Amino acid sequence: MPILTYREALNQAMREEMHRDDSIVLMGEEVGFYQGAYKVSKGLLEEFGPMRVLDTPITELGFTGLGVGAAMAGVRPIVEMMTFNFALLALDQIVNSAAKMRYMSGGQFSIPLVVRGPGGAGHQLAAQHSQALEAWFCHIPGLKVVAPATPADAKGLLKTSVRDNNPVIFIESEVLYGTRGEVPEGEHLVPLGVAEIKRPGRDVTVIAHSKMVLVALDAAADLEKEGIDVEVVDPRTLRPLDVETLVNSVKKTNRAVIVEEGWEYCGVGAQFVDVLQRAAFDYLDAPILRVTGADVPMPYAKNLEHLAQPDKQRVKDAVYRVLYRQGVGPEGHA
Amino acid sequence: MKSSETATKAGNLDDLMCGTGIPAGGTLEERVQHEDPALLRTMVEQMFLVRHFEEKAAELYTLGKIGGFCHLYIGQEAVAVGALSTIGPDDYIFTSYREHGHALVRGMDPGEVMAELCGKQSGVSKGKGGSMHLFDKRRGFFGGHGIVGGQIPLATGTAFASKYFQQPRVSLCFFGEAAVNIGSFHESLNLAALWKLPVVFICENNRFGMGTPIERASSLYELSQKACAYNMARTWVDGMDVLAVRATLKEAVERARQAGAPTLIEARTYRFMGHSMSDPSHGHYRTKAEVEEQRRHDPIKQYTAALLAAGIVTQEQLDDLEQKARDTVEEAVAFAERSPAPDPKELYTDVFAE
Amino acid sequence: MAVKVMMPKGSDTMTEGKVLKWLKKEGDSISTGDTVVEIETDKVDMEVEAMGGGVLRKILVEVGKVVPVGELLAVIGKADEDISSLVKGNGQVSSPATARPAEGKTATSAPPPAPAPAVGGTLSAAPPEAAGRILASPLARKMAKDMGIALADIAGSGPGGRVIRQDVERRAAIVAQASVAQGGAAGPARISPSLPPRPAPPLNGPEYVDEPLTSMRKTIATRLVQSKAPVPHFYLTIEVDMKRARELRESAKLLDAELKLSYNDIILKACATALARHRDVNAAFQGESIRYYNRVHLGVAVATEGGGLITPVIRNADAKSLAEISREARDLAARARTRKLLPEEYAGSTFSVSNLGMMGIEEFSAIINPPEGAILAVGAVAEKPVVVDGRVEPGLRCRLTLSCDHRVVDGATGAKFLATLRQILENPVYLAF
Repeated sequence: MPILTYREALNQAMREEMHRDDSIVLMGEEVGFYQGAYKVSKGLLEEFGPMRVLDTPITELGFTGLGVGAAMAGVRPIVEMMTFNFALLALDQIVNSAAKMRYMSGGQFSIPLVVRGPGGAGHQLAAQHSQALEAWFCHIPGLKVVAPATPADAKGLLKTSVRDNNPVIFIESEVLYGTRGEVPEGEHLVPLGVAEIKRPGRDVTVIAHSKMVLVALDAAADLEKEGIDVEVVDPRTLRPLDVETLVNSVKKTNRAVIVEEGWEYCGVGAQFVDVLQRAAFDYLDAPILRVTGADVPMPYAKNLEHLAQPDKQRVKDAVYRVLYRQGVGPEGHA
Repeated sequence: MKSSETATKAGNLDDLMCGTGIPAGGTLEERVQHEDPALLRTMVEQMFLVRHFEEKAAELYTLGKIGGFCHLYIGQEAVAVGALSTIGPDDYIFTSYREHGHALVRGMDPGEVMAELCGKQSGVSKGKGGSMHLFDKRRGFFGGHGIVGGQIPLATGTAFASKYFQQPRVSLCFFGEAAVNIGSFHESLNLAALWKLPVVFICENNRFGMGTPIERASSLYELSQKACAYNMARTWVDGMDVLAVRATLKEAVERARQAGAPTLIEARTYRFMGHSMSDPSHGHYRTKAEVEEQRRHDPIKQYTAALLAAGIVTQEQLDDLEQKARDTVEEAVAFAERSPAPDPKELYTDVFAE
Repeated sequence: MAVKVMMPKGSDTMTEGKVLKWLKKEGDSISTGDTVVEIETDKVDMEVEAMGGGVLRKILVEVGKVVPVGELLAVIGKADEDISSLVKGNGQVSSPATARPAEGKTATSAPPPAPAPAVGGTLSAAPPEAAGRILASPLARKMAKDMGIALADIAGSGPGGRVIRQDVERRAAIVAQASVAQGGAAGPARISPSLPPRPAPPLNGPEYVDEPLTSMRKTIATRLVQSKAPVPHFYLTIEVDMKRARELRESAKLLDAELKLSYNDIILKACATALARHRDVNAAFQGESIRYYNRVHLGVAVATEGGGLITPVIRNADAKSLAEISREARDLAARARTRKLLPEEYAGSTFSVSNLGMMGIEEFSAIINPPEGAILAVGAVAEKPVVVDGRVEPGLRCRLTLSCDHRVVDGATGAKFLATLRQILENPVYLAF
């Protein structure tokens, strides 16, 4: 099976889909002539022409709304956000138009729109360029939210998202663009709403998405040497959530740690905790712990930035606590 | 076909597409001579329908049968009627929340529109949209949008789709004058002009953004001048003169269909009622005298006078048409009244498409 | 003559008790020894037996009432007997001959000692801390419920004493090992058809498991130390029929003349066998926890030359054959007497056996070797008249007395162990199991 980088997998997905369906267009800042701010759309302008790969001015609200309007008239736009931080500017069109059009019209319209781009922190990009805002999008009925962690998932989920007749918020990560992995050729489709057990285990369930999956797997490798068998579950789609897989895992291991890049208060992990404590109450041997970004705007200094994010040691500490090891109880923040 | 034109390098404002913006001359009486009488009669019928429908909606609102917000079009009928007379069934219409008039003129069933206002299952949006969110995809009526300026990028999007699919379909985008200051207006006009999209932006300048007169909100009083910032064609028109509106729109629609280029039109009009049913028509930010003065320019009065003078209709015919409009509205109310509320299970339907 | 059923003094601290349940009703025919009523003391629930027979003529104290120790609860007598003098007044204790002024709470005639909690009745005192909530994870609650284990019986190792999964699992293992066939508890021991199950901790597993004290145990420990510091002893005696043990000795002699199997050897092996099935007696008080040993290391008390006592240890006695134990015991004893034991040979016992039978002692109560939970005192194996099928005949008997640390071993626990021990000694074929 070919090994691709995450960005190549996304590129391949878009290329294949745009060949398959003429109504798909890609628009965003620097997606065409510049080959993509992160080179995700490399070569697409040359292959599909300027009517299908559109460089936009810095006009997030405008071109996202244009994308929604075009979707109402039969186009299937992929709108690239250079980073999801800039999606804040387009939030009115994402929330008030894209997410609600179908409901407000009593079912007359479907909005087959994909808004994609990197979310979360990069390297020292500071407060305004490092936000993990998936919780905001997950909150809105009418939106689907996807966050692939691997190249294979990136390709499979993007293809499926493009084919979905609903607005999909597709959150990538700058830090993941260069990661490599096996990517099946051809019609590799990963369904939305299906989680994947990235690493099966017996002793504790660690739930993580996007780049946190790598952190979780790293921690799991260390913990294996200490005789702790960690099960890493990647939801892949944050909404709709594959509740069954998460619950079954916790029923098996009796304890859970949730790792997320976003801030703790009202983060997506809080939703997972609610779902688990309701569905798996009698199976919990310890409170569920979350390992989240520090509750501050992202600082610039390298050491502070590192402290602000979940790392494998924090994940390991949380695992020890839910296992009642090291005399430390689970209460308190991870 | 290039999607992105390079920006115009003109240094002189006169060389820009926005030109002087002075509307073509001509009076109502003159224009009446040159139009198809059947069309002229249809248009007066439409104006009667909108006027009576809106008056009835006001009444139902005070009775509590219409909830939430209710924004009335009374006094602005000429803009919708005049503009929509220039487009075909395949074209797209977007408007704001002051949309009942546009919806009716576009041919949506008055009963279904009234039912939507009353929150009934038989409403055009199954009761789930209300006064601000009327939609009819088949008739190209694309809403009904509550956020000021929210529809402007959308209309730019349907215009993009027409160009993309190489269809001769035009998008009309109506909005109030206060929307010319919001971000989405600027972003959309820039995109429309840059990418040359077949959209006509119609600013219904009724002088007041809720309680704020235009001169307190906009740095430019002459709103159509804003098109110059985008090198876009523009003009203004007397929004109380239905045939002037029609003539202006015809030109803009033609530009869109043939040249694929957008236009910004400022239709100067007046609303006789408050911003919405929650707002008084005068006393707060407008004097009673001012409102009464404007009522003398009532578009329906002007138009019917011109039609009578030209012998296109008799008074009796006008009375019949007006009665017909009243009857239609009464039937619409009866239909809405006897329609059931939405089935509770509809709460969870239509969130996602299959 | 009328028989009085009175509120017994169930413990030395008890001043009053509550009637929980009448097991007989007025008019019932009562025999001596029948349990008539259940009462609650300050420590346990107890059954009160009738001291004589007759008809239960009158119940004087209803269920739920709390009365002072010595209060008359009921009267048993002949059907036609006049008991009016007894039921007069407020039911105070009064001898049939002399009337007593019914005043205050006097209990001049000591009621017969209440049966010790070890014999009969059930130990079902709720731990005093039960007034507070028991913390347990949802999983632990469910597991305990499914297994039929009371949360109060489980010590929690989680924060704040939270009972968590591993605590339930540990308790379940102990409960499984400690369960005996039903009916071993109440009344005189019956011979069960088979021995209790023998759990098998892995040979290279831990030497022991420390189980933190449950709240009930904490209470018992505190109170008992107050009454009998430092080790609260109590004593259980049984008399074992050694007939078959004698047969075993004789058979062994025929097989191997060199092997001089003593009764003590048989008793040691029987103890090891029984302890393997009664982990809760093979235990030691550790202050905050009870140590349950996974191995049986028997300490054999030996008198040393010049006075003194030492207890060399036969390690893993449960895994050694009778012959091995015999040889080892003899060797250790010889070296012990001459003070030639190595330190590791007299440390680490989990249970001790002391035998003064060869000195002619019929029965005695040994003192526990701390921190062990119990010690067995073996008296002489002697011929004595015994009753068999109503006839008196010569029998070979040995009296064994188990001294128990009440913080570790309860009466019922000790009794069950002795029952097993007796079963083995009276059916030495079990030594092969």
